[in-house]
Amino acid sequence: MKYLMTTAAVLAASAAWAETPVLTVYAGDYFTSEWGPGPKIEAGFEEICGCDLEFSTGDLMPRLLLEGSRTKADVVIGLTTDVTAKARATDLFAPHGQDNSALTLPIEWDDEVFLPFNYGHTAFIYDETRIETPPASFEDLLAMDDDIKIVIQDPRTSISGLALVLWVQAVYGDKAADAWAQLAPNILTVTKDWSASYGLFTDGEADMVLSYTTSPAYHMFAEEDFTKKAAIFPEGHYFMAETVGKIAATDQPELADAFMAYVMSTDFQTLIPTANWSLPSALPEDQWPDGWAQLPLPEKVLFYSETEAAEVQAQAIETWRAALSQ
Amino acid sequence: MARRAQPINTSTIAGPVAAGTVFVLILAALAAVASQTQWPVTFGVADWAALRFTVWQSFLSALVSVVFAIPVARALARRRFAGRGLLVTLLGAPFILPVIVAVMGLLVVFGRAGWVSQGLGLFGLPPLSIYGLNGVVLAHVFFNLPLATRLILQGWQAIPAEQFRLAGQLGLPPPVVFRTLEWPLLRQVVPGAFALIFVICLTSFAVALTLGGGPRATTIELAIYQAFRFEFDLGRAAMLSLLQLVVAGSAAVAALWLLPPIAAQMGRDRPVQRWDARGLGLRTLDTFWIVLAATFLLVPLGAITASGLAGLGQMPAQVWSAAWTSAWVAALSTVVLVALALPISMWLAQTRWGGAEALTLVGLAASPLMIGTGWFILINPFAAPTQFALIVTALVNAMMSLPFAVRILMPAMRQVMADYGRLSAGLGLSGLALWRIVVLPRVRGPLGFAAGLAAALSVGDLGVVALFADGDRATLPLQMYRLMGSYRTDAAAGAALLLLALALGMFWACDAWGRRHAEG
Repeated sequence: MKYLMTTAAVLAASAAWAETPVLTVYAGDYFTSEWGPGPKIEAGFEEICGCDLEFSTGDLMPRLLLEGSRTKADVVIGLTTDVTAKARATDLFAPHGQDNSALTLPIEWDDEVFLPFNYGHTAFIYDETRIETPPASFEDLLAMDDDIKIVIQDPRTSISGLALVLWVQAVYGDKAADAWAQLAPNILTVTKDWSASYGLFTDGEADMVLSYTTSPAYHMFAEEDFTKKAAIFPEGHYFMAETVGKIAATDQPELADAFMAYVMSTDFQTLIPTANWSLPSALPEDQWPDGWAQLPLPEKVLFYSETEAAEVQAQAIETWRAALSQ
Repeated sequence: MARRAQPINTSTIAGPVAAGTVFVLILAALAAVASQTQWPVTFGVADWAALRFTVWQSFLSALVSVVFAIPVARALARRRFAGRGLLVTLLGAPFILPVIVAVMGLLVVFGRAGWVSQGLGLFGLPPLSIYGLNGVVLAHVFFNLPLATRLILQGWQAIPAEQFRLAGQLGLPPPVVFRTLEWPLLRQVVPGAFALIFVICLTSFAVALTLGGGPRATTIELAIYQAFRFEFDLGRAAMLSLLQLVVAGSAAVAALWLLPPIAAQMGRDRPVQRWDARGLGLRTLDTFWIVLAATFLLVPLGAITASGLAGLGQMPAQVWSAAWTSAWVAALSTVVLVALALPISMWLAQTRWGGAEALTLVGLAASPLMIGTGWFILINPFAAPTQFALIVTALVNAMMSLPFAVRILMPAMRQVMADYGRLSAGLGLSGLALWRIVVLPRVRGPLGFAAGLAAALSVGDLGVVALFADGDRATLPLQMYRLMGSYRTDAAAGAALLLLALALGMFWACDAWGRRHAEG
């Protein structure tokens, strides 16, 4: 009996020793698709960590909130700026430990817990072969001929839709309801998520679509199609970023820290543009991949901090709903 | 002639046990969600507006679907033509499409830049405006007309061939045949079909929003989705789920209340030949309905196929492994469904309480998100819920198909019980022998159809898996959405076509098995 137990202990110990440590990373659902950023990030990190990076994809926030302290995650990647407040409130996260001053975002970032790994802005995308005189400002957009149809996303079910109502709120403030009323005749329909909207646009059903300033990059670099453009407005565009967070109770703290450092590395940052179709969070513009620096980007960037957003969000959504339900 | 079904000993405990299990699984999920609630939960103006819109659009959608399904089913019941079997199978396709794919297909035809609008443009007319209540109803009819048609058609075929022959020998004119043979049948089949479609439309949300043109077309399901996935307000989610269950439950009970007592008749299982429908006028009328329905349903499918063919070559390998995953989840789900549906429908066929069927409809009105979240909460203290992702998906899919299966199986079950109940009891047949010798051969047609529908629905379902999913265990619809989310619309269209082919293939295999002996 004693002999058996010793053997078992030796076997267990050698198994543990031989086993490659696993870093479990929860990621947004799109992440691990063959063209998503997941596979490249996994390969890049495994080269330097001597570990096995395992992505577990799904609905991030519902899953974290449901699992609570039983979560298997060591790191969570893909938490958007609109959910950081909720994520913070779970107390599951530890400080990211990276230097925020190394970030190259168009806004100040002083969050010690959530580290942005990409960014973009909301923008209306059009096809220049179909719209000859695109709106040059938000005012132009509101005054557009009623025949030009836009498709947007629902702020109650989509993060880009939510960013849009915050964008209108940031530009028009108390006059947001009027702005929505002016835009209403141009809104062909509202979809549940970004994908459906974008599909309606590429199928030619809608003339413009609410998307991101980086959307034309996909068409340019993946399809060599230079007709899709983002309308840039001097009133400013709403900022959105995706962040990484380290789980405080992780059983792989060193690996998690190494991953956070990897996120800030040039290797990681240079693969973000074409793998994620978004802008890198910590890479000077002159190091962006070929052609990306020519992408038209807004001069002015609008963003509500999570506390400000919490104050205006419900009212902004209700304003939107009431104006479009007329 | 009219006589109630005779209760016979079929170890009837199985039916109530199966039905009870389903009910408990749903209620447990609801209770689990509600247990996380922070009270009080309040409903605002927007919620009541959503409730009104939900009920109204469901009512209209169910009404239009059933009204149009009657002449189409009648035409299909009376006519035999080359390709009829294929048409009947293809008619099942819209119902199993992922909603976003169906919406895209509909818009190719009816959209602002669609074929109809382009045709109108040739005559200098403005484009068709589909966005609004009319668009919502159009889409729901697209999804549900085939189901209504199949349900009513099945009822039509439950009329014994001898009766039509008798009517033919007596030279009864079509109106009399309608009044004496067909009207009693419709009274029996239509309320159930209406209730089923009403409940399906209650839980619609992405279709209603997109084709409804915006927040005017907000349904309760959208609010549930918002509460679960966006605000993570479980209390609100639980209350809204409950509200939806109550609406669906009342609708189901109301509709099934209308079901008249069953008047099952003795027949000899012969193929029907319709002596009463040979006139040129009736032929023309039937042709008109069949062509109309086929055009309405098949043209958008053609559009989906055309855009999918172009994308097939661009699909990554992941799509194929996801298709494999979906196929076996669907197979598992179908097995579970058959195991639940047979005893339940046998039990319901023998009970005099028509409202019992309403229980299964409640399962359909339970939001998959609610069930998924509830089970997640229940499993989480003991194990990692993601490990159960596919099992839970298969179970939930089976439960979602159960109301269809029961509705489909019931008429045949009642018939069997009425025709062979006393004989079997007299011979002392019971248990497995009864199933094998008496029941299964006679419900094989409906069973094949029900199993096919379950398999296809499961292939196309996204429901719970989104919450539980893991990178390696993606199903085909999930993979398709991922492609759409990474701008790969062409590859996504290819995946949608593969999904359609897989769903139809599984549907056809089961349905053909069922129809090999019975006329479908």
